[in-house]
Formats: sequence, C-alpha cells, structure tokens
Amino acid sequence: FASRMGYLLYKHISAVNIIKRGCVCAENRGVSDKKEVYDVIISGGGMVGSAMACSLGMDPNLTGKRILLLEAGHKKVMEKVPDAYSIRVSSISPGSATLLSGIGAWEHITKMRCKPYKRMQVWDACSDALITFDKEDLLDEMAYIVENDIIVAAITKQLDTLPDNVQVKYRSKVVKYTWPVFHRTADAVPWVQVTLASGQTLQTKLLIGADGPNSMVRQELGIPTVKWNYDQSAVVAVLRLSEPTENNVAWQRFLPTGPIAMLPLSDTESSLVWSTSPELAEELLELEEESFVDAVNSAFWNNENHSDLIETASSLFRGALSTMTPSAGSPRQLPPSVAGIGPKSRVMFPLGMGHASEYIRQRVALIGDAAHRVHPLAGQGANLGFGDVACLTQLLSQAAFDGKDLGAIQHLLEYETERQRHNLPMMAAIDLMKRLYSTNAAFVVLLRTFGLQATNMLPALKEQIMAYASK
Amino acid sequence: MPSARFVSHTTVDPEEVKRFQSLANKWWDEQGEFAALHAMNDLRVPFVRDNLLNVQWEHHPGKPLAGLRILDVGCGGGLLTEPLGRLGANVLGLDPVEDSIRIAQQHLSHDLDLCDQVSYRACTLEQLSGEGNEEQQEQSGEWSEGQFDAVVASEVVEHLADLETFAICCNRVLKPGGSLFITTINKTNLSYALAIVVAEQLLHIVPSGTHDWEKFISPVELERLLESNGFSVQSVQGMMYNPLSGAWCWTNSTAINYALHAVKENHDAEDSCSHPEDVPADKHS
Repeated sequence: FASRMGYLLYKHISAVNIIKRGCVCAENRGVSDKKEVYDVIISGGGMVGSAMACSLGMDPNLTGKRILLLEAGHKKVMEKVPDAYSIRVSSISPGSATLLSGIGAWEHITKMRCKPYKRMQVWDACSDALITFDKEDLLDEMAYIVENDIIVAAITKQLDTLPDNVQVKYRSKVVKYTWPVFHRTADAVPWVQVTLASGQTLQTKLLIGADGPNSMVRQELGIPTVKWNYDQSAVVAVLRLSEPTENNVAWQRFLPTGPIAMLPLSDTESSLVWSTSPELAEELLELEEESFVDAVNSAFWNNENHSDLIETASSLFRGALSTMTPSAGSPRQLPPSVAGIGPKSRVMFPLGMGHASEYIRQRVALIGDAAHRVHPLAGQGANLGFGDVACLTQLLSQAAFDGKDLGAIQHLLEYETERQRHNLPMMAAIDLMKRLYSTNAAFVVLLRTFGLQATNMLPALKEQIMAYASK
Repeated sequence: MPSARFVSHTTVDPEEVKRFQSLANKWWDEQGEFAALHAMNDLRVPFVRDNLLNVQWEHHPGKPLAGLRILDVGCGGGLLTEPLGRLGANVLGLDPVEDSIRIAQQHLSHDLDLCDQVSYRACTLEQLSGEGNEEQQEQSGEWSEGQFDAVVASEVVEHLADLETFAICCNRVLKPGGSLFITTINKTNLSYALAIVVAEQLLHIVPSGTHDWEKFISPVELERLLESNGFSVQSVQGMMYNPLSGAWCWTNSTAINYALHAVKENHDAEDSCSHPEDVPADKHS
C-alpha cells in the first residue's frame, strides 16, 4: 500500500511538471502575478456600479470568480440613519426593487428609510389637462422614493458580507485604461489593463464601466455619444409640508419653464426636483427661505398660464371624451402646501441627455449613466441602470455556466441589443415629453392637452405605460 | 466496415494532418475559418456538461465539472478544451498536429487559472492509451489507462483512418462507467449536399477539402461500432447549422450533424452509471 501511495504521489508531481511544461510560463513574459488578474473589474461605485458588484458576487454560477469594484470616493457606511433627509433621491420602480431584493439590499433599505407611493398625478400648467397613474385598488405600491445615500449604504452593507473573491477598493482613482489589441500576437496581453493613481496596474478579463455620465471608460474607448445639454438645471431640496398628511402621491406639474416635482419622503416631508432654466435656477437658490417656499407653492397652485382659448378647447374635448368613455377620467387634486425647507441647503445641477451609440467593446461593457443619461422628469434614470445590472448579470451567469470567457463578445452583444431595445424608446419618450412641455405656444399646448386627456381616459394605455416604466 | 479506411492500427490520416497544419493560425479567429466550430460550443459544451452532471453526486457552484478528468481527442487549437477547463474539469487536449497544440498552448498561457486545469500534448490517442506498462507511465506522467471520467471527440471521427482502433483506445483510457462524447457528420445524400457542396464549395463556411464524404459515418453504424467495443449508447441528438445566423441548434433529424453520448460498460456494477470515485484505482491492472 505504501508503495502504491508513493507511486501516486510521484505521478502527481510529474503531472504538475507536465502542466508546467505544457503551459508557457507567465514569469517569462513579465505578466503580473495571478492574483492581479481579475475576472471582472467594475469601475465606479455609485448605486449602479455597486449593485452590479453585489449582483455578480451573489450569483451561484459566478462563485469563486475574482470581482473587484473600484470607487474613487470613500466607503459610505451608515451606522445610523441621519434625521435629516438627504436631497438626492430616486424613484425606485418595482423592477428595480426586485433586483435590490435579490441582492439582499432591499431588506436593509426598508429597515433604514424608504417611502412607497401609490399614485402619481401629472398635469399641465397651461391647461387643466392632467393624467393620474395608480394601481387599480390603491393597495399596491407604484414605486418607492429612496434617498440615494441609503441605497448605496445598503448595498455596501451587503457587499461586506460577501466572500473574499469580491473585493472593493475605495479611494482608488483610475488614471489610465489600456485596451486589448484586436488580433492577438504571442506576447500581447489579452486582458484590459487598469492603472490606478497609486501606480498599481490591474488586469481584468472583463471591464464594466459604471462611472457616470462623464464616463472615462466610454471616452477612452472613443465611443460616439449622442448628447446634448438641455437648457435646464434642476434645483433639489427637501420640503417641509404645512401639515402632516397621508403623503403617498407623487406630483409633477409641467410649467413652460420646466417640470416641477414633489416626491413624498414621509408624512411631513417631500423632496423637490424643479427643472427650470439655469438663470431661474440660480435665482431660486438665492431666494430667502420664505420667498423660495412661496415660489414652490405658486408653481404648483396658480393658473396664470391658462388662457381662455385653451380652457374652452380643453373642456370641449373633455366633454367629447366623456361621452365615449363616461367612467374614465379623474378629478384634479392639489398637492400639499409647503411651509419650509429642510436643514440641508438647496443645490442645483445641469441637466442633459446622453446615449452611447455602443454599450460594449471587446472585453468592456457600459452600464447606468455611463451608457445613457436622461432627464429626471420621468424618474427613470436609476431604474434604467438597475435594468442594465439585471440583464448583464443574467447573461454573464449563463456564459459562466457554459464555460465561456466572460469578456467574449457574443454575450456582450446580446446585452447591448437587449438594453438598447429597452432604453432607446424610453429615452426618446422622455426627451419628447421634455420638448413638448417646454413651450406655451398655443398649438403645442392644445396638442398635448388633448393627448394627455385622451391618455388619461384610456386605462389600458395607462397600464401599458406603467408596466413599461416598472420594469 | 467503411470502405475508404484501411485497418491501419493508427487512427491518424497523414493527409488530414497536413491539411490542419496549414490552418493552425486560424483556430482562434472567431470570424475566420473556424467560426462554425466556435459557434458549436453553444451546443457541445452544454451537451457534455449536462450529461456529466447527471452522474455527479456533488454539485460545485461555479465549477460544475470540478473533480472530473476529461480527455479532448483532436482538440485542435483548444476551442472546446478551454470551456471544459473553465467549468472546473481537469482537461488534457490531444492532437497529432504540433502547430495546433502550439497555438492552443499559446492561447492558454495568458490565463493562469486555466493553466492549472488544462494541458496539451501533441500525440495520438493510441500513443496515449498504449502507455500501458509502468515504465512508459513514468515517462508520460499521470495519464494512463482507466483514468478519464470522459473522452470528448468532437468533429474528429470523420477525419480518422481507423475507427475500430479509435473505439478500442477510448475504451482503454476511460474509467468504467465513463462517458464518451462524439459529434460528427452523418453519411447521407443530404450531408453530401449540405456539408460538402454548400458548406465547403458554395458558402465557404468550412475550408475547402476539410471533409471527405466517404469518411462520414451514420449514427446507426457508429452505435454498432461502439457497442461492439464495450460501450452502451445513451443518446443521439441531431444538430443543425444556420449559416445566416451563424448559430447551431438541436434538431430531431440526424441527417447532417449529430452528437452522441455513450458510456463505457461497467462490468461488475448493476447500473452502468456508477460514480467514478467508487471504482478502485487498480481495477484494470
């Protein structure tokens, strides 16, 4: 028996020798140690980037794969939820909530703070046309308003629980990317190389760019991007309501200068997102608190933009519609009035639209704002990003189960096709809405008034819209 | 017996070797001459994986084929060898064409994780399986008879000189109950029309002269050959290539391409699919 064991041991050692002979030794090439080659590197640790890291790290088919998340900022830990609401919030659709739930972050979010809402009212300032969206019985949530800080903190908490093959490097800024050459020669390194500010160079079989609207990954790849700056900036703040209310409606009114939205945070507080011209935005920031509050209330309540012509035409049209569908249509409600603003000050940021014509290249994929940037008027920005995460995770999981190289182009192309098919119509619709509502020219107002009223009276159409936005 | 083959006791046809030598550099060009073979991985990797998973007791998430030793006969540039290695199996790729092995090793060398799982040798199946006595085993190392859980011969048998010897060697290197996976082309009028005329001469999906219709073998004949050499055929499945989409799909008809899964008969266990670990190491000495 002992000699048999000895023989088996000898065979094993020779096996190792054969493997070494059969494989050209990496040391000769100056290729760095095995530990520095990652299976996936994600560049950018925002909501979408960290969700991607968590999603890949928890996928059973990707068990043991080396995944690294690179974030230039510091780690966002939230031991205790701060009393004051933060001003940057997102509307999380049921589809995104499902993803976050799947990666174990939703549980943390609900324990920290989030506000479900059941109805959304969108109306025009130039007429009394309005549209409301709600789930039929008002028992189900439509979507959730969650502070961005809470989303990131919840995902970070979940990332901490993952095994060592999933790593996060904070305070790591990337200074250079080196792309793989198209036709491999014997010596060329086939992986993507990432050089950090610290001088360290990492290699990866797949790079995922989640580095925001001004993505360095996208720019370094030279991917043509359709983009324009809207002549608008968004002013965001936390509003204190005059009196506590069952605050479960999201309000948005289209002013000629841009949409103003009030999103519920709690029974006493709401988040303001007011998209308007940059000049007006600056004025708003400089106003005293009382005047600012007046401006907000007035924007929601007053009817100075109504004209007799429009009012007559729209009530005629509404009359005609109600003979066809007598039961449809809903009365206009008014949002709660505002008494003050939250302790954190108001800020503004410029708005733009952007779409990368390609989401992928060899061994690279773009997700989130790096691939597509939209106007906040439909609350879809974060959701499109989470949709990218779900789609790419599923495709990479299947690729791994089929023994494929994760950076291979076939499944990356599938990701690009699937997401572009979903994102482009959404972005076009949002852009169209923005343009449609940016004027008070009578003809356009009439058109959109009729359009809005008609849509409001067609439950089937509204359901389609909600379903698409909920994904 | 197929008429074009001589019983030569060597499976390798020198003409075939020469032909593949000239194409060696094209293996890893996914849009090149071997594009259809790259695309075939979408069928053959799951075929091997799922049939092996059916006999596995343990499931390792992330490495479904961990702990299994696989021999890839006629591995070429390693197109199928690498995915099997990525799934956690310990894979040895064999090919008589030295340039192909060189290309395979080169492609492998960058991926250090995969280097632990995959190795290559430029030799024939008979050379490997003939290393029966201890002296030769010491020279060759770890691979010898009855050591593999699976043998994969994909798009190989239609290039071989002697199928009988091939079947005998496969049997020798497999553990009892081990699996043999073959993908090849049927010998029918339709396969002549599509695989030779259309694929080679008209559409150039396959380099001209790659296949000799006389060497194709029908599933029935292949089954007969294997069953007379200690195998039990478990399943045969038709495959079809769509040149427009560049993708393969499974199909009911085996008239053109097909995949076959056979199992080496286990002489003393009741069922033929015994767990490989159960077999004592010195059973066939």
